[in-house]
Amino acid sequence: MSELSVNHLLGIKHLTAEDIQLILDTAKEFKEVLNRPIKKVPTLRDITIANLFFENSTRTRLSFELAEKRLSADVVNFSAASSSVKKGETLVDTVNNILSMKVDMVVMRHPNPGAGEFLSQHVDASIVNAGDGAHEHPTQALLDAFSIRERLGSLEGAKVAIVGDIVHSRVALSNVLLLKKMGAEVMVCGPTTLVPKYMHTLGVRVEHNLQTAIEWCDVANMLRVQHERQDIKYFPSIAEYRAQYGLTMEHLDALEKPIVVMHPGPINRGVEITSEVADSEHAIILDQVENGVAVRMAVLYLLAEKRKLGNS
Amino acid sequence: MSKREIIDSRELNIALNRLCCKLIENHGDFSNSILIGLQPRGGQVLSRLVKLLEAEYGVGSIRTGLLDITFYRDDFRRRPGHLQPNKTKIEHLVEDQKVVFIDDVLYTGRSVRAAMDAILSYGRPSKMELLTLIDRRFSRDLPIQPDYKGRQVDSIASQRVEVLWEEVDGRDAVLLTEPAS
Repeated sequence: MSELSVNHLLGIKHLTAEDIQLILDTAKEFKEVLNRPIKKVPTLRDITIANLFFENSTRTRLSFELAEKRLSADVVNFSAASSSVKKGETLVDTVNNILSMKVDMVVMRHPNPGAGEFLSQHVDASIVNAGDGAHEHPTQALLDAFSIRERLGSLEGAKVAIVGDIVHSRVALSNVLLLKKMGAEVMVCGPTTLVPKYMHTLGVRVEHNLQTAIEWCDVANMLRVQHERQDIKYFPSIAEYRAQYGLTMEHLDALEKPIVVMHPGPINRGVEITSEVADSEHAIILDQVENGVAVRMAVLYLLAEKRKLGNS
Repeated sequence: MSKREIIDSRELNIALNRLCCKLIENHGDFSNSILIGLQPRGGQVLSRLVKLLEAEYGVGSIRTGLLDITFYRDDFRRRPGHLQPNKTKIEHLVEDQKVVFIDDVLYTGRSVRAAMDAILSYGRPSKMELLTLIDRRFSRDLPIQPDYKGRQVDSIASQRVEVLWEEVDGRDAVLLTEPAS
């Protein structure tokens, strides 16, 4: 196999099917590393990584930090709440200041779509997008794909339903792009107010009935209702949403074939899925978290590999 | 580019048998030993040795494993192209066990250095040894020598030594490849 075709991971839309395959195959070997008594390899010992989080995150930041440390990279953390951003510094100035400290890679979460792309054009470091507004969240899509492949054996022909708040979800967009590239069939399901109109142009089925969606799919990816991004009311009430789009054990027990239930976290228990579903054998939510570290190790390893000594 | 056969099937089998006998002398019934093939080419030597040990020498239940050293290499970011990791399969505890690394060709010794580093992630073996089918003499970059060697080969840096296996390549042989001048 050859190297990644890209120097940054800005979004799934820039990756080829071969790139995705390479990342998932490499992640498989890193997952083995994570199950050793000593879960650390020295590969990135001469790489320094800055984690820049301009937006709140717990699990993604922890997952990246753990992946970096398992690869022996040096890590500096930065969060907007405690920084000069509050004092009016621009993004490029902030990052250039950090790069002056000889940082090789930047993992960034930012509320503005395209922030990673903008940064990659202005600074000499490999950029990993850890979520940019409602645009993309490529590592989440990669870890979801890895988890699906682990369960079903292949992404080719897998039927995946993405359910819930599609319009505010960067996870949904990255997932759709990735799954389509890998030959899966994709359906999005949610209230008409939370499914963007352009969705069918991406070659996905659009459904507004949860029952129809779960009868069709092999995997249901239940997205979180993002109250914090909803500036207006998109549905009458939480109770109404739960009644129409909340996944329950009754749904799963009535199905002819078992389906896999995923959730990118954090879960609103009792809203998009019930506690019983989240803790049931159908759910692979904690596998997704474990796989997240392995997938992020693979991404960092493959991007670092492209920074040959002498060129970086 | 020209290829020359330097060891044929009969000679290769004599070497493998001799390696088996030497392993038995030092490891007895292998109850405290684990044989670890170094990926990607050591696994083939390992499976052939285990087959011989079981069929010809009556040694049963030998514990084995496969170790990939990609993440421990010292040339990461220093060579062109991509380093694709291979599968690692270590299902036995190596703590306090005698570990024998098995590879097809010993050249600079850098892979073996990486393997010694890698195996420590699984525990602290009581002893580490190295078995190589082919020892390319006078080519070491590091102070590493094999404990067991099948054959010694004199070669220069521009040449390649390649081991063929019947199961994979259709015949057993060792080839010396000369680059086109």
